[in-house]
Amino acid sequence: MKYLIKNGNVIDPSIGLNKKLDILIEDGMITEISDSIEENKANKVFDVQGCVVAPGFVDLHAHLREPGGERAETIETGAMSAMNGGFTHICAMPNTSPCMDNAAIISLVLDKAKTAGYAEVLPVGAVSKKREGKELASIGEMVEKGIVAVSDDGLPVATSDLVKKALEYCIPFGIPLMEHAEDLTLTKKAVMNEGFYSTKLGLKGMPSIAEDIIVARDIIVNSYVKGWLHIQHLSTEYSLNLVREAKNRGERVTCEVTPHHLFLNDSYLESFDTNYIMKPPLRSEKDRLALIEGIKDGTIDAIATDHAPHPNEYKNCEIDIAAFGIIGFETAIPVILDLLHHKHGISIKRIVELMSINPAKIVKLEEGRIMEGKKADLTIFNPEKEVIINPSYFKSKARNTPFKGLKLKGSPVLTVLGERVVECKVGD
Amino acid sequence: MTKFKHKHLLGIEPLSKEDILQILDTAKIFKGICKGTNKKFPALKGKLILNLFMENSTRTKSSFEIAEKRLGADTLNFSASASSLSKGESFYDTIKTLESMEPHIVVIRHSSPGSSKFLADNIDASVVNAGDGAHEHPTQALLDAYTVREAMGTLEGLNIVIAGDIKHSRVVRSNIWLLKKMGNKVTLSGPPTLIPFDVDKLGVNVDYDFDNAIKDADVVMMLRIQRERMVESFFPSLQEFNMLYGLTKKRMQSLKEGAIVMHPGPINRGVEINSEVADSSRSVILEQVSNGIYVRMAVLFLLAGGQINEISN
Repeated sequence: MKYLIKNGNVIDPSIGLNKKLDILIEDGMITEISDSIEENKANKVFDVQGCVVAPGFVDLHAHLREPGGERAETIETGAMSAMNGGFTHICAMPNTSPCMDNAAIISLVLDKAKTAGYAEVLPVGAVSKKREGKELASIGEMVEKGIVAVSDDGLPVATSDLVKKALEYCIPFGIPLMEHAEDLTLTKKAVMNEGFYSTKLGLKGMPSIAEDIIVARDIIVNSYVKGWLHIQHLSTEYSLNLVREAKNRGERVTCEVTPHHLFLNDSYLESFDTNYIMKPPLRSEKDRLALIEGIKDGTIDAIATDHAPHPNEYKNCEIDIAAFGIIGFETAIPVILDLLHHKHGISIKRIVELMSINPAKIVKLEEGRIMEGKKADLTIFNPEKEVIINPSYFKSKARNTPFKGLKLKGSPVLTVLGERVVECKVGD
Repeated sequence: MTKFKHKHLLGIEPLSKEDILQILDTAKIFKGICKGTNKKFPALKGKLILNLFMENSTRTKSSFEIAEKRLGADTLNFSASASSLSKGESFYDTIKTLESMEPHIVVIRHSSPGSSKFLADNIDASVVNAGDGAHEHPTQALLDAYTVREAMGTLEGLNIVIAGDIKHSRVVRSNIWLLKKMGNKVTLSGPPTLIPFDVDKLGVNVDYDFDNAIKDADVVMMLRIQRERMVESFFPSLQEFNMLYGLTKKRMQSLKEGAIVMHPGPINRGVEINSEVADSSRSVILEQVSNGIYVRMAVLFLLAGGQINEISN
C-alpha cells in the first residue's frame, strides 16, 4: 500500500525540519520526502493542507487496564483510542491486576498490543513486587522483555530506602524511575485539592505538600545516587520549582504534566462532577499558571495524558467514593492546542517537543523520525480546526471525560505508524 | 407574596436575601398557627414526601417528620440500614427506585458532599438537603436565623461567633452563607487543626483566641465536637478542648448583656458547652429545636408551590 501525505507543514524539531513537504509512504516506510510528489505514485492521497505533520506523539502515562480491568479498557481499545487521538506510542502503567511486576506479564501485554495492531505499547514495570513497596520487582528481566521505565504507579515508592535502591538499580539499564508523588499520610480519604474550594464544598482536601514532600525526598535521594528520576503528572508550583532547581544543578530529573492540570483548576469541583476527580487533584489557579510558565521556560519535559478509563458506575456515584482519573488520549491534542498554542502563544514546535520529541527521548525512541528510509511514524493535526468534543466518537471503552461538549481549537487528523493509518475523529 | 423561586433547597449559597426572608416570614406564620388550637395546616394533603436518611439523624429526621405531618403530607421513611443500600445497591439505583414511587418531595441526609445535588439531578421531585457531608445543612441555618431574629429582634448587623469543629461542620458553612447574605459579622474560633484552609475567603474572621472572639459577640453558636475526631488527633483531649474552646460559665459571664448562646445539638456537656451555660437563660437551644419545625414546614410548603397569602387568609 502506498500513501501520499500532501501539502502538510512538516515539523520535526529533532532534525530542524519545518517546511511544507509531501511524504510518500510505501508498505509502512517513508520512501520519499520532497516539495512535491505526484499523486499517481500512491494508492491513496491525504491532502493535509493547513495541517502540521509531526513525528508520532508519545504518551508517557496511560492506563490500559488489561489484564484485570477489561470492563474499563483493553489493550486493543486503549491502543485504538490512542491512535484516534494522535498518539503512535503509549506507555502502559503497571497497576493492572495482576500487576505488571514480572517478565511474563510484560510479555503478555506486548503480545496483546502486537495482536491489536494499533499504537505501539511501551510497558512500564512495577518498582516493587505487587507494588507493595517492599522488595524490588524483577526489573532486569522486565527490561529484557522491553519495559521502558519503572513505577509503582498510583502509589508512591513506599520508603526512602526503596527509592534509593530502585534509582541505583536502574542506573545500568538507563531507564527512569517514574514517581507518583503522593504522601499517603496526608491524603487519606481525601477527594480534591485542599484549598478554598475544598473548604467551601466541605470535601476533604489533599494538600499540595503531599506531592511536594515526595518530590523533595526523591530529588534528594536521586542527587545522592546520581540516578534518573522522572516525576509523573506534576501538579504544584512548589514541586515545579524543586524540579527546576534540580535541573539547574545538573541533576537528571525529568517531569511530565497532564493536559487537565494545565487546562482546569479546583474551582471546577463546584459542579460536584466526578469527572473532575483525579490524582493528583486539580490544583489552584496559581499552581495551574505556574505549570504554564514551566512549559514556557522548559522545566517541563513532556505532556502525558494519564489516560485513566473507568466503567460508568465508578463515576456515576457519590463524589467521595468515585474512582480517580479521566480518559485523555482523545482530548489531549485539542486541549493542548487550544490552551497552549491559541491562548498562551506557545509555538507548535514547542508543543511537538513536549508531546513527541522529549517523551521519545525519555523512552529511547529513535530521534529524527521523519526521514526517508525510516518507518512512518506521524501525527498529523490541524491547529486551526475547531472541534466540539463528542465522546461518542471515542475508541476508548470509557467515557469519563470532563471535556465533553467543549469547543476547542485544534484537532488530530491522521495518525500513521508503519502500515497502520487511522483517520482521527474526536468531535464535530 | 410571590411563589418561591427555587425547585429545590440544596443549600443556602444559591438563595437570595429575599428568598431567605420569604422562608422565615412563612415560618413565622406557621408558628402562629401551631401555637393555636388547630396545629394542623394540611396544605400538602395527598403529596408524598420521602425522608431518605442515609446517615444517622434523630433530631433533624424527627423535625422533618413533624413538619410533614402538620402539613398533612403522606410520608415514608427510607433509612440506610433498612434499605437495600447495605446490600450494595448504588446510590443511583436507589434514586431510580425511589423515583418510581413518585414522591413530590425528597428530604435527604447523606454523608457525601454534593449528594443532594446528585439526587436532584437524577430524580423528578423537589429535593431538600437535610445535610450533605460537610457541605451544607440549609434548614439548620434557617432555623438558627429564625431563632436569632426572634431573640435579638434583628438579623443584620450582629456580631456572631461560631466556635468548635469548623472543618467538619455543614452547619457552619450554611450559617456563613446565610449570616453574610443578611449582613452580619461572622467570626470563627477553634483550634487551628479544625479551621479549614482559606476559610477567611468566605468573608469571615478567624480568631483562635476564643476569649477574645466572644468579647463583642451578640450571638455565640457552639458546634458539636464529635468524639471520634479525637482519634484523628485534631486535639489532645476533651478536657483540653473544654479549657481552650468550651463555653464555660466564666466565659458566659464575660459575654455582652443580651448576648445569646446557641447549639445545633446534640450537645456534649462539659466539652463544647458546660451545663451552667446550656441551662442558662442565655441559651436558646430548645427554641432552636421547636423553631426547626416551623422553618421546615415553611420550606416544604414553599417548595410544593404554596404561597404565604393562602395561609394568612
